[in-house]
Amino acid sequence: MTKSMRSPLARPLQYVALLAYMCFLAFPLVFLLTTAFKTDREIRSPDPSFLPQSLNFDNFTAAIERADLFRAAGNSLLTAVTTTVIVTAVSLPAAYALVRFRTKLRAVATGWILLSQVFPFILIIIPLFLLLKNIGLVNTLLGLVLVYAVWALPFALWMLQGYVSAIPVELEEASAVDGAGRFKTLVRIVLPLLAPGLVATSLFTFINSWNEFFFALVLIQDPDMQTLPLALARFVGAEGQVQLGPLAAAALIACLPSLVFFMLIQKRLTAGLLSGAVKG
Amino acid sequence: MTALAAPAPPRRRRRSTEGRDAWLLVLPALLPVMLFSVYPLVYGVLLGFTDAEAGLNVETHFNGLDNYTALAGNELFWNSFKIGLIWAFSVTILQFLASLGLALLLNLNLRLRWLARTLALIPWAMPPVIIAIMWQLMLNPNYGPVNRTLESLGLPSSINWLGESAIALPVVIVVGVWAGMPQTTITLLAGLQSVPAELNEAAAIDGATTWRRFWHVTLPALRPIITAITTLDLIWNFNSFALVFVLTAGGPGGTTMLPSLFAYNEAFRYGNFGYAAAMGNVMVILIGAFLFLYLRAQMRSRTS
Repeated sequence: MTKSMRSPLARPLQYVALLAYMCFLAFPLVFLLTTAFKTDREIRSPDPSFLPQSLNFDNFTAAIERADLFRAAGNSLLTAVTTTVIVTAVSLPAAYALVRFRTKLRAVATGWILLSQVFPFILIIIPLFLLLKNIGLVNTLLGLVLVYAVWALPFALWMLQGYVSAIPVELEEASAVDGAGRFKTLVRIVLPLLAPGLVATSLFTFINSWNEFFFALVLIQDPDMQTLPLALARFVGAEGQVQLGPLAAAALIACLPSLVFFMLIQKRLTAGLLSGAVKG
Repeated sequence: MTALAAPAPPRRRRRSTEGRDAWLLVLPALLPVMLFSVYPLVYGVLLGFTDAEAGLNVETHFNGLDNYTALAGNELFWNSFKIGLIWAFSVTILQFLASLGLALLLNLNLRLRWLARTLALIPWAMPPVIIAIMWQLMLNPNYGPVNRTLESLGLPSSINWLGESAIALPVVIVVGVWAGMPQTTITLLAGLQSVPAELNEAAAIDGATTWRRFWHVTLPALRPIITAITTLDLIWNFNSFALVFVLTAGGPGGTTMLPSLFAYNEAFRYGNFGYAAAMGNVMVILIGAFLFLYLRAQMRSRTS
């Protein structure tokens, strides 16, 4: 604090700027939160108060009682969990191999991750749609899981590589010298050290599938199969304009998993969770 | 899995078996990626040279550059392309400036810094669809807090923010900046923290003002990170879809019709797969060319 010897105004100005940023970034969510607890009368009142008059959960029950939203949440959960399990199971051995055996594959994989970012999704979605249609997987959650898993894999690999490289190879060599087989070494030595990275990677995969919209929009037309983001987007277009309270409540429920996740990893994120992965 | 169970071979034999083991471990990841992402991508690029249409029993033929000559005269597409460029550049530049300011503040020893850092992550934690819904509520012409605040200040307050063609694009850009600030801020903050404090202290001892230290010490040190994050932001923004699709669906009157929305409509509303893929190809080539020039310019100025 003693450092600010320059202008006496600098510090207060910095606080004002910080406050402005915080309002800009947090206000929309705070507003969503308060709206979700307000009655329709309060929302439409000509003289609205910022905070709801009482904590009533009517909007939440109204949102949950809607069969389509409830089913959509189930679909989203099923899709995201399956995707996460597949991606984790497949990317763990692959990430290990890419780091420990120095093959050209690693450069190729990194190149692919970067390349896949540049291409507009329209180029990928048309062939995917045709491909899934041919094998009868359009309008199924399985088709969606396949697509999500494939598009989550490169990033999961990339993240996990960073965590694998952080484990000193000497530990494994010592274990091998002690006579442990490679499999035993992997389970006893590598896996426990990799656990935090594995958790972060799978949570990341889960959140990305839970939030995904574009692929679902194209691949799912059957209302019974739609995921939560799809159902919500449809809800906005349809009666959402009249049912502002339930809309806010449903939106809040839908972003709850990612909000909780980001709060959990918040410290690591600011400390450079991703920069750790880059170093790998 | 048998490869995993094999005991560690002695050093000499290791080289030859390593390659095989690596392939066995990587294959389960490689196969689906090849089938469901590399193959579709190649297929998609090729589709751009065909007359493919949606529907059963429609035959597809290569039609050379027909799609591109048709596209060259398609004013609606180029208009949408222009909107896409305005959107991508405005969002990227504003996002960068806003995030740099926030990152500099978060790097100071201010009180409540931990709270600000947590809050700064909020937009990142929200799916684009929810962000769009939330901002629709914020900007609701009758009940939204934005108009209500204007009203209480005695200003014009019946503005239909997302429904008027003159202001819809700027409004959508502001929402885009909001949505993308966390990634940029966190990246820049990480960069700021890796700038050696000694550099700044040395400059301060030499009598450099805060502004001069920022301009001559901090900014040059941040340069590689700035290049990386603005490049990524530009690509992401140019290709972004869900946020604007839910906010305005391209309206009013096509004033927010990003190229990704335009191509989506062409493909899945009108069923012109080949033509839509051609639009995708044009987007890749133009954005790729721009990135090439930008990155080359950055490299050159760094070596000089």
